[in-house]
Amino acid sequence: MVAAEALTEAQIWAWLEDVPDPEIPVISVVDLGVVRGVAIDGDTAKITITPTYSGCPAMAIIALDIETALAKRGVEKLEIATKIAPAWTTDWLSDKGRARLEGYGIAPPRPAGGPERCPHCRSADVERVSQFGSTPCKAQWRCRSCLEPFDYFKCI
Amino acid sequence: MVDALFEFLLRQGDNALVLGHRMSEWCGVAPALEEDIALANTALDLIGQTQLWLGYAAEVEDAGRSANDLAFRREVYDFKNLLMLEVPNEDFGRTLMRQFLFDAFQVPWLTALQASSDQRVADIAAKSLKEALCHLDRSQETVVALGDGTQESNARMKDALDFLWPYVGEMFADDAVDQAIAEAGVAPLPSTLREAHRATVKAAFRAAALTLPEGDFAHKGGRTGFRHTEHLGHMLATMQILQRSYPGATW
Repeated sequence: MVAAEALTEAQIWAWLEDVPDPEIPVISVVDLGVVRGVAIDGDTAKITITPTYSGCPAMAIIALDIETALAKRGVEKLEIATKIAPAWTTDWLSDKGRARLEGYGIAPPRPAGGPERCPHCRSADVERVSQFGSTPCKAQWRCRSCLEPFDYFKCI
Repeated sequence: MVDALFEFLLRQGDNALVLGHRMSEWCGVAPALEEDIALANTALDLIGQTQLWLGYAAEVEDAGRSANDLAFRREVYDFKNLLMLEVPNEDFGRTLMRQFLFDAFQVPWLTALQASSDQRVADIAAKSLKEALCHLDRSQETVVALGDGTQESNARMKDALDFLWPYVGEMFADDAVDQAIAEAGVAPLPSTLREAHRATVKAAFRAAALTLPEGDFAHKGGRTGFRHTEHLGHMLATMQILQRSYPGATW
C-alpha cells in the first residue's frame, strides 16, 4: 500500500503507462493520448480522460481499467472526469505508441492521409480497401506486394 | 433564451440520433462486409454525438432528465429531427445519398458552430466535425461511384435523389428558434449555408452523372416537431421498446 501523501503525479503517470488500451492492448492509454491530465488534490487522484471518437464504446472500460489498476497500487480516492475539448487528435499518440502499433500490424497515422508502408513487409505499394475498419479509429488497407490486408490508424 | 437553446440542442441531438439509428439498421445486412462495418461505424459516431448534444440539452433543461431519458422516453412529436433523416433506408443507394446530403450540410454547419458564443456548443461541434469530415469523404465518394457506375446503380441513385431532394429544403428553413439562436451568436441561420451546400452537392452530382433536381418545394415539420412522417413512430417503437416496457431499466 502507498500512503496517500506519498502520491505524486509522476507516479500516477507511470502506473497509467501499464494500463493497456482495451481495443489495441499493445499500447497504453497514455500512449494513445486519451489521458489528458493527472492531478493530486489532497489524498485524491484526479484523472482527466478524453474519447478518441465521440461514440468510442471503450470509454467506460478505460475508466474502469484505470480505476482497477490504481486500486491495485493502493490509490483509494480517485476521480475520473471526461472532457471533450480540445478534441482528441492522432498527434497525441506517443512515438513509442506509433512504433508499437506498427510492430502489432497496425500502420500508424500520417498527415498524408495514408500509411507510409505495409506494417508486415514494409512495402510502400499499398491500397485502401475501406475508409472504415474494425474500430472507428481505423481504416482497412491492403499491401499489393505481400497481399496481406492490414489496419491503418486514421489521422484525425 | 434557455427555451431556444434547449430546442436548438434537441434538434442537433435528434438529427444525430435518428440518422444514427437508421444507419445502425444496416448492421449485419449491408451488401458487403466493408460496407457493413462502415455503416455501423458511422452509426456509432452519430450516436456518440447524440450523447454529447442530448447530454447538454438535459443540463440546459434542468428538469432532472438525462440524455437517455430524452432519447428513449420522448414521444414522436417531441422529436426535432429533419424529416429526411427518419424516412426508411429503402436501399443502399438511398441510404448513402441521404448520408451525403446530410454530411454536405453538417460539415459547414459544424465548422460554423466551432465559433459559437456558447463554449459547450463550440466544443461539441469541434469534436463532431472531425467525424463528419470522414463521413462526407466516404458518402461523397460512394455517391459518385454508384452514380457513375452501372446503368442499374445510376438509375437507383437518380431515384434516391428524386425521392430525397424535396426533403433537403427543410435544413435551410429558418424559424423563430433559429432567429433567437442566431441573435445570441450560438449558431448562424441555417439559410446562410444553402449556397455552400448547393456547391458541394452540385460538384458531386456532376461527377456522379446525376442532375440536380429542379424546384425548391420542401417537406417541413420535422425540426419544429409540427408534423413527422408516419415512419418515425415505427422507428421509435423499435428503438424505445426496452424503456417503454421496462421504464427506468438500467444495465
